[in-house]
Amino acid sequence: MNKILRKEQLSDEVWRMEIEVPHIARERKAGQFIILQVDVDFGERIPLTVADADTERGSITLVFQTVGATTHKLAELNEGDKVASVLGPLGRPSIIEKVGRVTCVGGGIGAAPLFPIVQANKAVGNHVTVVLGARNKELLIMEKDMRKTADEVIVCTDDGSHGRKGLVTEPLKELCESGTPPDGVVAIGPPIMMKFCAETTRPFEIPTTVSLNTIMIDGTGMCGGCRVTVGGETKFVCVDGPEFDGHKVDFDNMMKRNLAYKNSETRAHDSYHEAGECNLEKAARVMEKNNE
Amino acid sequence: MSEKTQLDKKAKVLLEGLLKEGELKAKDRLQIPQQQMPAQPSEERIKNNFEVATGYTEAMARVEALRCLQCVNKPCVEGCPVAIDIPAFIKAIAEARHNDAIGIIKQTSLLPSVCGRVCPQETQCMERCTLGKALKDMEKGVAIGRLERFAADLERESGKTVPPSIKPETGKKVAVIGSGPAGITFAVDVRREGHSVTLFEALHKPGGVLMYGIPEFRLPKSIVEKEIDNLEKMGVEIVPNFVIGRSRSLKSLLEEDGYSAVFIGSGAGLPKFMGIPGENLVGVFSANEYLTRANLMKAYDTERSATPISRGKRVAVFGGGNVAMDAARTAVRLGAEKVYLVYRRTEKEMPARIEEVSHAKEEGVEFLLLQNATKIIGDENDHVTGIECIRYELGEPDESGRRSPVPIGGSEFVMDVDSVIVAIGNESNPLIAATTPEIEVDKRGRILVDENNETSMRGVFAGGDIVLGAATVILAMGEGRNAAAAVNARMQSADSHK
Repeated sequence: MNKILRKEQLSDEVWRMEIEVPHIARERKAGQFIILQVDVDFGERIPLTVADADTERGSITLVFQTVGATTHKLAELNEGDKVASVLGPLGRPSIIEKVGRVTCVGGGIGAAPLFPIVQANKAVGNHVTVVLGARNKELLIMEKDMRKTADEVIVCTDDGSHGRKGLVTEPLKELCESGTPPDGVVAIGPPIMMKFCAETTRPFEIPTTVSLNTIMIDGTGMCGGCRVTVGGETKFVCVDGPEFDGHKVDFDNMMKRNLAYKNSETRAHDSYHEAGECNLEKAARVMEKNNE
Repeated sequence: MSEKTQLDKKAKVLLEGLLKEGELKAKDRLQIPQQQMPAQPSEERIKNNFEVATGYTEAMARVEALRCLQCVNKPCVEGCPVAIDIPAFIKAIAEARHNDAIGIIKQTSLLPSVCGRVCPQETQCMERCTLGKALKDMEKGVAIGRLERFAADLERESGKTVPPSIKPETGKKVAVIGSGPAGITFAVDVRREGHSVTLFEALHKPGGVLMYGIPEFRLPKSIVEKEIDNLEKMGVEIVPNFVIGRSRSLKSLLEEDGYSAVFIGSGAGLPKFMGIPGENLVGVFSANEYLTRANLMKAYDTERSATPISRGKRVAVFGGGNVAMDAARTAVRLGAEKVYLVYRRTEKEMPARIEEVSHAKEEGVEFLLLQNATKIIGDENDHVTGIECIRYELGEPDESGRRSPVPIGGSEFVMDVDSVIVAIGNESNPLIAATTPEIEVDKRGRILVDENNETSMRGVFAGGDIVLGAATVILAMGEGRNAAAAVNARMQSADSHK
């Protein structure tokens, strides 16, 4: 049982929660995730990425969107309540090296798991540009934290209610074409966004890392539910990932696999998935046409 | 009158007659018919998740026990990985000394309620049974597993289970990674010697494969929970939601947390796939995923469980082991109209227990033998719509002594299915090896151990599937016991050197 130390609503559907799990706070590194359950008898196990940790308080911070039964139940819990089970940290940590200039792209609540990666990149001495995107101003999160940490922050919203009007791929492309292109790109957000970030950097041959959030049960390499095709090979997100070379991931197959239980009423997984998908899909069609 | 009542009535009459005869001769024992295991009728059980085999009554158990020839050389004991004194416990049942029977079993076996249900007796104790040999049918030997289950159930249901006695506390700490059969056995044996034991489990409920893998209808989870309760009563500390290698490194357990020894029983790992096209389509599952959803996450209980599960109408299961049978029979219970089991060899080569094979058939699973899938076919949404198979014939025996199947060129055909469950085994769990470079593994990722089950890292032992590859509950228990003996001896010699 893990106590909720703090709870904050970031937007209509997005919550930030600080939960007491001292061993995860101590061991976790940027890029890793946890699996939690609200009820151990009949509850679902859902993967969520760790947005921050405080070793002194022995706590981790999660940012999640209410998309299914489990995230709704989690959002109903209050400070002082306990989360039934939290397992982690899981997955391989991000590989953070001094490469020069790094662009970190965060879409929707993907900005939350992106934050520790931004911090880690700054810590090793990289110049970090952050591109944040959301459907509208209301859904944009972590802007203040990013501005405090990164060298440069570019904000885009689909409706232009804050920052530039447009998609994250537009400033990303401009950065790639500029006189000081990134040496590496990290993109975390809805699968469709990560796919098009990877497509944007591909012609420039800029290494692009994406962090995948797939259907998962145990998270320790037993169930195989999280498998994805990367460079023609089957990989397991929980033990081989969650970060992969974005240029090699078969996003189309992954997105279809993530919808496997879409018709199930009790579906409660894939916390990033719905965020701004309609607009992104529309944009994706346009991009695909332009590429033809 | 239910089948069980009828069988019991018959057994009572038979028992009365046999007891009147006084000392039975071998010839008389050969005449006693093997007592059938009562079971829920197949048309009923496919609609529920209750246990299929309902267990012997006392009369049935005593009649079955009277079939035992009480061989002096006890060949059955040699077939048992934990060397239970089988003739002795069977004699006790025959004489209605049921407490003695369970006492004899528990001298060497820890989980008799479990092993009586899931052990492959026909390739172990029963394979060597003299009675079966005399009757020229191994399946007609003494039903040792059913008797073991009878004795264990009687004790458990009486609520008078006596936990093993524990020696005075030594103050030494031992860590166990994984709470499956290997870990449980190791934990009990080490705890008995008075050492403090912490059992780390990655999942939210302890029990390992007994909880997530083996279905409720074959091994009720209440039995596993009872065994876990007993562990806690002995003072074993159980820490769920804790994955060694990630939540804490193995090295830290030894160097910082004060553990004198560690046992790794982390079990089966990454599910194997066949490497054929289409395996990542929507509707293709590993048996591990499918069974974990159904068992551990209780997805069969749609009223209460939040975890979804695929309810395919036409399901193909690949494989011929117990896990394949479990997956196929789970699919039947989840409402599939047609369940196919696709296996490359013939029924004779199937590694599954005979009872599971016959139960699967009774429940309507169709066996497609000597064929194998070559491709999984999907639609524009990447949903499974069918499989392409090829037919095989049996060639020369391979290293394992099994005749290896050879594909027949041009025999490909397509079958319509909407779901595929792959049950062809597991690779080793990579987590510990990846995070503990001191531990040597073989090419397939299995941890290498010496005759004491000790790894290349001193003080770290390993056993069960992480060492053996996919094996059985009883073999995992045997490894746990072997490692425990080595750890206990090591601790004792450390003391005597002080």
